[in-house]
Amino acid sequence: MTLSHRSSSSRSRRDTRLVAAVATAALGSSAIFVLIVGFLLKESWPALSTIGPARFLFDPAWRPTEGLFGLAPMLSASLAASVGAVILATPLGVASAIFCRHYAPPPIGWIHRWSMALLSGVPSVVIGLWGLTAIVPLIGRFEPPGASLLAGILILTVMITPTIALTSGAALDSLPDAYGRGAVALGLSREATLAHVLLPAARGGVVAGILLAAARALGETMAIVMVSGNVVQAPLSLFDPVRMLTANIALEMAYASGSHRASLFVSGLMLTALVIALAAAAWRLSGDRCHG
Amino acid sequence: MLPTSSLRDALYRFGICIAALLVAAIFFWLLADLARQGVGRLDWTFLTTPPRNAGRDGGLAPILVSTFLIVFVAMSVAAPLGVATAIFLSEFTPAGGRLARWMSLSLDVLAGTPSIVFGLFGGAFFCVFLGLGFSILSGGMTLACMALPILIRTIESGLRSSPIEWRLGAAALDLSRATLLWHVLLPAAAPSLATGLSLGIGRAVAETAALIFTSGYVDRMPSSLFDSGRALSVHIYDLTMNVSGGDANAYSSALVLIAFLIAANSLAFWFSNRIFGRRVARA
Repeated sequence: MTLSHRSSSSRSRRDTRLVAAVATAALGSSAIFVLIVGFLLKESWPALSTIGPARFLFDPAWRPTEGLFGLAPMLSASLAASVGAVILATPLGVASAIFCRHYAPPPIGWIHRWSMALLSGVPSVVIGLWGLTAIVPLIGRFEPPGASLLAGILILTVMITPTIALTSGAALDSLPDAYGRGAVALGLSREATLAHVLLPAARGGVVAGILLAAARALGETMAIVMVSGNVVQAPLSLFDPVRMLTANIALEMAYASGSHRASLFVSGLMLTALVIALAAAAWRLSGDRCHG
Repeated sequence: MLPTSSLRDALYRFGICIAALLVAAIFFWLLADLARQGVGRLDWTFLTTPPRNAGRDGGLAPILVSTFLIVFVAMSVAAPLGVATAIFLSEFTPAGGRLARWMSLSLDVLAGTPSIVFGLFGGAFFCVFLGLGFSILSGGMTLACMALPILIRTIESGLRSSPIEWRLGAAALDLSRATLLWHVLLPAAAPSLATGLSLGIGRAVAETAALIFTSGYVDRMPSSLFDSGRALSVHIYDLTMNVSGGDANAYSSALVLIAFLIAANSLAFWFSNRIFGRRVARA
């Protein structure tokens, strides 16, 4: 070691400086979220104070240039698409996790797990491109124009199935081996073990994964802009073109100004609140995961 | 066992296998479409020529440069900040203390924030408030905020996983905390740094929504970090949505993006393993 020559006073000064530096950095990193919420509030304040929060929910339509600020159609489209995707992705994701661990021969299970990890990393704009050129024309053949709530649901399903598969896989892996062995010793079949022992034991982790996936679906923007048609209307049928809350921000931010721009920031705030509520529920379920 | 329950088991098994097969089929459908439609125009000229005719023809050169610069800015801001924050959280806060809990909570919430919200924030803060305008710098710093939580988490877990004996040994040798960190803990946490960097780069390269309102659409070659630059993912978005007949180039760009993701991940891993691996060997 070359550093032992230093006197202890210079060493302790070095340590003090180190602590000061890393503490400043840590405060800075943790302040980013506060800064984000602060700026969202600052930018949306003109709309919140003059228009009022209630009108964003109850105005009959979204025509910001004419003074109508109803976000309800977009909010309902976002919720419908996310709920639909979660309904489709949950059985697919959980079944994939079970398949890798309990049914597939090891090499196939390994390949399946690897493809889930890869799929979860495919950028949303690439999934959107594929959705627009593969899924939308397919739906359009039965029910034109094709760009619709259904296309949005299917694309979100492709995006969140790997998330659910990976998180429920982790939840299954974290169970003690004794559970499975005990069930085998009792003469339970593999299916009964899964259905009555392992899945109920892993329920917290699985549900937490589903909530995180729902948060991801709700916050997804690019893929949704590309496939769901972007017409502002309440989703009454699966084949209606709709516009999600996130898509609305992405489409209108470029030219919005004044109270229109401020109301887009309001929808950003709304979105953040929804996503954080879902994530908080997930953390509660998965127990005191890693706070500290 | 009763025949009904074995029938139920068979159905259960069948359902699981069908679902897994369906997921795999969708994955390979996506992959095959990407490869089939993207590989046609993919060659050296595509990577080295500028786009022509709004991107329908020509290549990606300025877009690749902008993408690289944006990711470079993001990582140069996020990596030091992330390492320092991880050191603070793992070394200088009592585990389970109030400060550490609040900081972790804030980082977890940041990790869950939707990317379009980062876009709104970046546009309002970096572009307007700090006056950076639509620029590579604004985009890169917005992405730095996005990638920070995952970077901190992975490095922190790497630092925490080093054995207590090392700290005790360092204390017995009367080493300073700084020496302990620099010569023992950080080199040992190198693999986690590599993982954090590769995850961060992956997140940054894949991002679109946060970049539209921060680094912009301009597809010329950037001449400085204050220029607007179009990232690869924004290019794909623009070709698909705003340029009719841009699909072929969009698919090729998507293939480049995915190759870039895989390459960036492997490179980051290899590099920091090498650099830090040598230091561990020497120490």
